[in-house]
Amino acid sequence: MSMNAAITGVGMSDIGRKTGRPAMLHLVEAAKRALDSAGLTRADIDGICTYPGKADNSPGMSPLGTGEVRNALGLKTRWHGAIPDGPSQMAPIMVAAMAVATGQARHVLCFRALTESSSQTAAQRASIPGSGRARLGGWYSYLVPANAMSASNWAGWMATRYFHEFGMTREHLGMVATGQRAFARHNPASVMQAPLTMEDYLDARMISSPLGLFDCDVPIDGACVVIVSAADAAKDCARAPLTIEAMGAALESQETWDQRADLTTMGAHDACADLWSRTDMKPTDIDVLALYDGFSIFVPYWLEAFGFCGHGEAKDFIAEGHIGPGGRYPVNTGGGQLSGGRLHGFGLLHEACTQLWGEGGGRQVKDAKAAVCGMGGGFIAGSMLIRRD
Amino acid sequence: MRPLPELTPENTAFWTGGAQGDLLIARCDDCNHAIHPPQLVCPKCWGTAVKSRAVPGTGTVYSFTVNHQPWAPGMAVPFALAVVDLDEAPGVRITAEVVNAPPETVHIGQRMRAVFHAVDDIWFPQWEPVQ
Ligand SMILES: [Zn+2]
Repeated sequence: MSMNAAITGVGMSDIGRKTGRPAMLHLVEAAKRALDSAGLTRADIDGICTYPGKADNSPGMSPLGTGEVRNALGLKTRWHGAIPDGPSQMAPIMVAAMAVATGQARHVLCFRALTESSSQTAAQRASIPGSGRARLGGWYSYLVPANAMSASNWAGWMATRYFHEFGMTREHLGMVATGQRAFARHNPASVMQAPLTMEDYLDARMISSPLGLFDCDVPIDGACVVIVSAADAAKDCARAPLTIEAMGAALESQETWDQRADLTTMGAHDACADLWSRTDMKPTDIDVLALYDGFSIFVPYWLEAFGFCGHGEAKDFIAEGHIGPGGRYPVNTGGGQLSGGRLHGFGLLHEACTQLWGEGGGRQVKDAKAAVCGMGGGFIAGSMLIRRD
Repeated sequence: MRPLPELTPENTAFWTGGAQGDLLIARCDDCNHAIHPPQLVCPKCWGTAVKSRAVPGTGTVYSFTVNHQPWAPGMAVPFALAVVDLDEAPGVRITAEVVNAPPETVHIGQRMRAVFHAVDDIWFPQWEPVQ
């Protein structure tokens, strides 16, 4: 059932806030660490993929495309491509899997680099599409000019509707945020290390109701690299190959943040149904969950999308302690983006791989053999199931 | 200053109808499907006889958020953004700022009517509670 593709190495740069360090230096550090992790050399890399490619649609969003990185690292490749319009930030990893499965490449270096922290100024906010431009086109031209500038607004009205229909409260999202911070305290690479109590969470300023400061992830500077290898090539790598069991990229609604008929679901629900239709494995087979947490509210959506609980049941699932430290279905064990920093999903997958290799230190999940990863929020979604044999 | 939408053949009616006090929604002449965001093609039947027609400009709040963070210099906060199910345009929602009401009074199920705020050549719909 599985794809003839595996993750063989991951690497993350020394991420931080206001590092002032050029994106390329973060990238090369992450690439070296990923090659070391896989036991590969530069000469083994014959493919490169990224999301979204070099882009200036918001400050520091994507300073590097495949062109800049191929040139700087002196790569010779048989496949290269950036995927800005695919199923989430996961798209390059999915395309890499398809490239190695079809023989177009053997070892594909997938990367994500951001300098959102260093690029922010008063007039140029990170993650505000079109920031600093006069005229906008595309799907966000119906949001940003209407003063719905931030994804926190878009996630905010999703959360308002979800709260209304299912009785979720800020305390439930507080459990997501404080639980992930508890994990982060065992991850030296996480940017937020101070303890976070429910009181701290509830006292923090509101950003876009019902989402407050600690419901929002942290803009950082950094880079992350994931190496995807053909199944036969993966056998020779340093670590056990993490086989890509299945991927899901279905999307049934239009690409907007407000028109989906039921905004208590999102693209994730389509992508996860697609994933489970491609494997005999089930949610009960999963040990580690890497769920996109650009905003805390996405975590309950992803839990329901993957079927770890039913629609509307995530608040009880969270309150019962299933997703935090010691829980049966631990979510974002490295601290996630809420505490670890916004590496746009790549950091979450990096952590899932770390867990499956048993290298999670004080936050290691016992006998972790299978993980799901979901990236994106709103209409943006891609899902993946990886396992260690 | 807020960025403005680029006017295109598909969206000009939506962004400028406010000059006549009209909320104009794209509509397929062949199958009557209401299309938003506006397109040149009907996503339902692929017909290209898409015309913009006025709707009453009223609707019901499906969801909302109150924004407290100034994302751009000079942005006055807090303000509410309402996602409104439009009357007489099934499946269409218009998301806009709520005006002439305290943000904390906005709620799901509230009835709204569109008013317009002009900036340069754009007439932004905004939501005002129906008293
Ligand atoms: Zn039609």
